[in-house]
Amino acid sequence: MQLYLPIADIPVNVFLILAMGAAVGFVSGMFGIGGGFLLTPLLIFIGIAPAVAVASVSTHIAASSLSGALSYWRKRAIDTTLALVLLGGSVIGTFLGVWLFTLLRAHGQLDLVIALSYVVLLTGVGGAMCYEGLRAIRRARRGGNPTLRRPGAHTWIHGLPLKMRFKRSKIYLSVIPVNIIGLLIGFLGAIMGVGGSFILIPILIYVLRIPTSTVIGTSMALTLVTMVIATVLHAVTNHQVDAVLALILMIGGVTGAQFGAQAGHRIRSEHLRLLLGLLILAVGVRFAVELGIKPDEIYTIRASGGDA
Amino acid sequence: MSRLAAILLALAALAPASARAERLIVSISNHRVTVTSSYSGEELVLFGSVERDAKTPARHGAYDMVVTVAGPRADLVTRRKERKFGIWVNADSRQFLNVPLYLAVSSNRPIDAIAGADVRRRQQLGIDNILLTQRVGPDYADVVASDPFRQAFVRLRGERGLYRQSADGVTFLTPTLFRTGIKLPAEVPTGTYDVDIKLFADGALVGGTQTAFEIVKVGFEQFIATAAHQHGLAYGLATALMALMTGWMASIVFRRD
Repeated sequence: MQLYLPIADIPVNVFLILAMGAAVGFVSGMFGIGGGFLLTPLLIFIGIAPAVAVASVSTHIAASSLSGALSYWRKRAIDTTLALVLLGGSVIGTFLGVWLFTLLRAHGQLDLVIALSYVVLLTGVGGAMCYEGLRAIRRARRGGNPTLRRPGAHTWIHGLPLKMRFKRSKIYLSVIPVNIIGLLIGFLGAIMGVGGSFILIPILIYVLRIPTSTVIGTSMALTLVTMVIATVLHAVTNHQVDAVLALILMIGGVTGAQFGAQAGHRIRSEHLRLLLGLLILAVGVRFAVELGIKPDEIYTIRASGGDA
Repeated sequence: MSRLAAILLALAALAPASARAERLIVSISNHRVTVTSSYSGEELVLFGSVERDAKTPARHGAYDMVVTVAGPRADLVTRRKERKFGIWVNADSRQFLNVPLYLAVSSNRPIDAIAGADVRRRQQLGIDNILLTQRVGPDYADVVASDPFRQAFVRLRGERGLYRQSADGVTFLTPTLFRTGIKLPAEVPTGTYDVDIKLFADGALVGGTQTAFEIVKVGFEQFIATAAHQHGLAYGLATALMALMTGWMASIVFRRD
């Protein structure tokens, strides 16, 4: 069934968009991530302008992270204090990111920076997760102690001043690294058009040593707020949010996420981490290959005005 | 520009001397193409006839016709990737100023056979001869048709069905009655489309006329597009609210605890 999208200005197959939303929703429900880093490239691939894709995906992520965040809220698995401190840094980061985004677009190097950040971040995060996942699986095979974190394991980060108590996470931590991490996520989110949970979750777990029980819920709450802000910002500045596209995506997405979450419960957590690591690594490698080989078409046309 | 052309045409019609040339009467099947949710491209038909009177000189050969349809205009940038440090990056670029987003040229036989090179250039016949102004650094100019950026620009627009040229697009049903189709792809830009019809005989321009049609979004599509462009904040807030409602409803529908 073809449907004409009013902002993207092209007709699309509704079932294709629904299926894409559902597939990415399945993955995001399974791993507790937004899935923007998968969905945005997919939409660009079927011919939707990058600016419209980025803007509409942020609306979609707002919807899927709310339904996720609500269920974590009921399980009391969201650390609101932590989310608020992260948000403080993230808002500044978002503005910095939007500023750089505009600057790069004027110089025609936005595509390159997006591709490079995808390569560096996805291969880095994905590689580290695969390595860690494999080690955990091997350890479990050997019948060793599967717990990764000892309560007393502290790094230099835990020695920084301005400490604050995050009750729900049962952790006593300086606000400086939390704010910096928030800033980084906001910045990357604005540049790459992703929620950033796939970077945030590993950092919270491995660097700040925050218990896994509150990490996913807190990350979803943060994503929810930043994506709502991003939707409104994109609508005001670029007029590129396609509400029809976003609605189809979110209907597919929230449905897929439910099945994804069920599937996620059935898989052991170290296998889950390895799978997510492989997925992230694969997307990163795909971007790297694309940069390295000669493209079929070396010319591109873009409007030099508002829409990219 | 079309208004100026219309005034010139009206003045020309008033002048008694102009009765010597052929007059063209044309009609387009639809002057207002509406884009709805089920829109997936359309083909318009342009019909017309060549009107002669007693003062019109006799022509030796048959008539030839070139119909040029130019859509709304905008500035576009064409970039070329080059290999630097082992990766492919955008290096050189050209800005195309105020170029039509849609361009279709139809004729009854190859344009090379209709008129000589000089006439083709002066009358801007065919995509190769239509002015596509580029900005190269501080200079503004069109370049030769073989310029790689111009060729890439025309080719890429052509791949999306937005620039097209057809040497058998115009059909003469009788020596003076003609028709042509105007193919509009699904991703056609909205706005005003100018149709320029030029009549040739023995390689010289003997008549011409202009008409126009518009492509508009209507109903729901128009409502969304206008809201997004003119009330960005309200639209953004409404969209965000829609996202929150969808997320909230999903959490109720699928609630398992």
